[in-house]
Amino acid sequence: MAEPLLSLEGVHTHIGQYHILQGVSFAVPEGGMTVLLGRNGAGKTTALRTIMGLWKPSAGVLRFAGAAIGGMATPEIARAGIAYVPESMAVFSDLTVAENITLAARSGPPDPARLDWIFSFFPAMKRFWHAPAGVLSGGQKQMLAISRAIVEKRRLILVDEPTKGLAPAIIEGMIGAFRELKRETTILLVEQNFRFAASLGDNVAVMDDGRIVHAGAMAALAADEAMQTRLLGLSLDSHQ
Amino acid sequence: MTDQAATRTGAADAIPQARLDLIPLALPVALAGLAFLLIGTPTTWLTLTLAALAMGMMIFVIASGLTLVFGLMDVINFGHGAFIAVGAYLAMTVLGPLAPLVQADSLMLNLAALALAALVATFGAGALGLAFERVVIRPVYGQHLKQILITMGGLIIAEQLLHAIFGGDQKAMALPTAFRGAIVVGDLAFEKFRLLAVAIGLVVFLAMQLTLNRTRIGLLIRAGVENSEMVEALGYRIRRLFVGVFAAGSALAGLGGVLWALYRETFTAAIGSEVMVLVFIVIIIGGLGSVGGCFLGAILVAMMANYTAFLAPKVALASSILLMVAILMWRPQGLYPVAKR
Ligand SMILES: Nc1ncnc2c1ncn2[C@@H]1O[C@H](COP(=O)(O)OP(=O)(O)O)[C@@H](O)[C@H]1O
Ligand SMILES: [Mg+2]
Repeated sequence: MAEPLLSLEGVHTHIGQYHILQGVSFAVPEGGMTVLLGRNGAGKTTALRTIMGLWKPSAGVLRFAGAAIGGMATPEIARAGIAYVPESMAVFSDLTVAENITLAARSGPPDPARLDWIFSFFPAMKRFWHAPAGVLSGGQKQMLAISRAIVEKRRLILVDEPTKGLAPAIIEGMIGAFRELKRETTILLVEQNFRFAASLGDNVAVMDDGRIVHAGAMAALAADEAMQTRLLGLSLDSHQ
Repeated sequence: MTDQAATRTGAADAIPQARLDLIPLALPVALAGLAFLLIGTPTTWLTLTLAALAMGMMIFVIASGLTLVFGLMDVINFGHGAFIAVGAYLAMTVLGPLAPLVQADSLMLNLAALALAALVATFGAGALGLAFERVVIRPVYGQHLKQILITMGGLIIAEQLLHAIFGGDQKAMALPTAFRGAIVVGDLAFEKFRLLAVAIGLVVFLAMQLTLNRTRIGLLIRAGVENSEMVEALGYRIRRLFVGVFAAGSALAGLGGVLWALYRETFTAAIGSEVMVLVFIVIIIGGLGSVGGCFLGAILVAMMANYTAFLAPKVALASSILLMVAILMWRPQGLYPVAKR
């Protein structure tokens, strides 16, 4: 079996004195989408931030494309080929849509063909090109945060709860966009919306209390309602 | 590339615009108008207003770097005054041997001497800023209490070193011939050095706006002030950006020190500490991290100082603090709050 694009082995993360990740192990194979599920507070965001180097792991091994990234600084991890769409979206509200996207393209002005491709599934980005990001709606900010992550091709994109707070119609649009993205790169998606996750994901890992409690094919989990209930519905009790 | 994309953006839908917040801009106009009514004599009012604009520009030049340093890395630098003092002493050192140029009756020679002094002061203070960042600031990132203590300590050490090197006496800083006196138009007198200070301040402000709005580095600085973590997640090393901003801010403080010393025509090593009270008031009024707010705040504080010095000398010192309290009651984050994560 080929080596996974990203792997975590026994990763522990402390935030201050709190022991948040308590030995997280999972792998993201190259290509397609891996979904990280789990109830609120399970540690999903902390896991993504640890991969990005925004929290330093206190133990364990993180490997990306063959290299150990556990001790690397965030900019170096980004330059290794990982893009990040945080839960807060973190668009620069004082900058225009154009400026936000331009900054995300590190190697020079964004490629016009690439921009047209992005506009094809996020037409709002074209319409609001010169608008300050601060005036966008929540859904448009999410689109901008994703556009930033894909304006140049990266090997892995981490996306944290992109559907949070979005209207159903906008979520439908997001599904189309992610289908398109999946074709060219690898995505690690954190989600609470199981229907959204199930319609896109190829693999799934479920977290609870700072650990991975299940990993496998998304199709298997989607087909097994009992397992869904055990892992997601009543996940508080799932391993006690 | 932006323009290219603009032509492709043909949609007729209304594009949301940033709400241009113009109310703060009305404040200096209102303050000047109020002062005009209270002062009564137009010539006096004009003199005071020009003095205020000159002082405001000098404070802006000094304060602009400090507000960005805070915005970018949450670093509180009470040592900023050291760069003001170093700028003043460096300029004095350069201008000493150039006395013939300074006293010559030639605008060109005067300007040449001033430009050389300003250049040395600016680069000297910038270089000192680089060293200060590495030795004093870097060990205390993210620790506010330690930052306050150690940067104050750095300021005291710098002042004492200046005393040791140059002596503790008061230094004289003569204005070059061409900048003494005033240009008189009818009954109106415009002091030449004040005009020069206003011009320099405006050039610095415009250069800064251009850099912040039109260059990639500038965009990164604005983005970093809003969310430094995300700038790093996009693959940029915010530390390098910060060091550059710190050095540039120190260099500008050095330039401001030259202007301030020339304005006062005399100074001691305490020149930095004197100005810094006003500088901190200005960056708080403006909104920490906002260059535009800093510019406006500097003008407001200087107007308040000059008008009250004439109208009610006893409360002149308290007036800036009253102004700050009033503005913070209206806008607790300052005139132009910076969006933070
Ligand atoms: N900055 C922080 N300081 C302290 N505790 C935190 C911080 N961020 C997250 N936590 C805690 O870590 C746990 C996991 O949080 P998080 O990773 O955000 O969960 P999820 O994204 O799965 O909802 C929660 O108990 C949360 O309270
Ligand atoms: Mg989360």
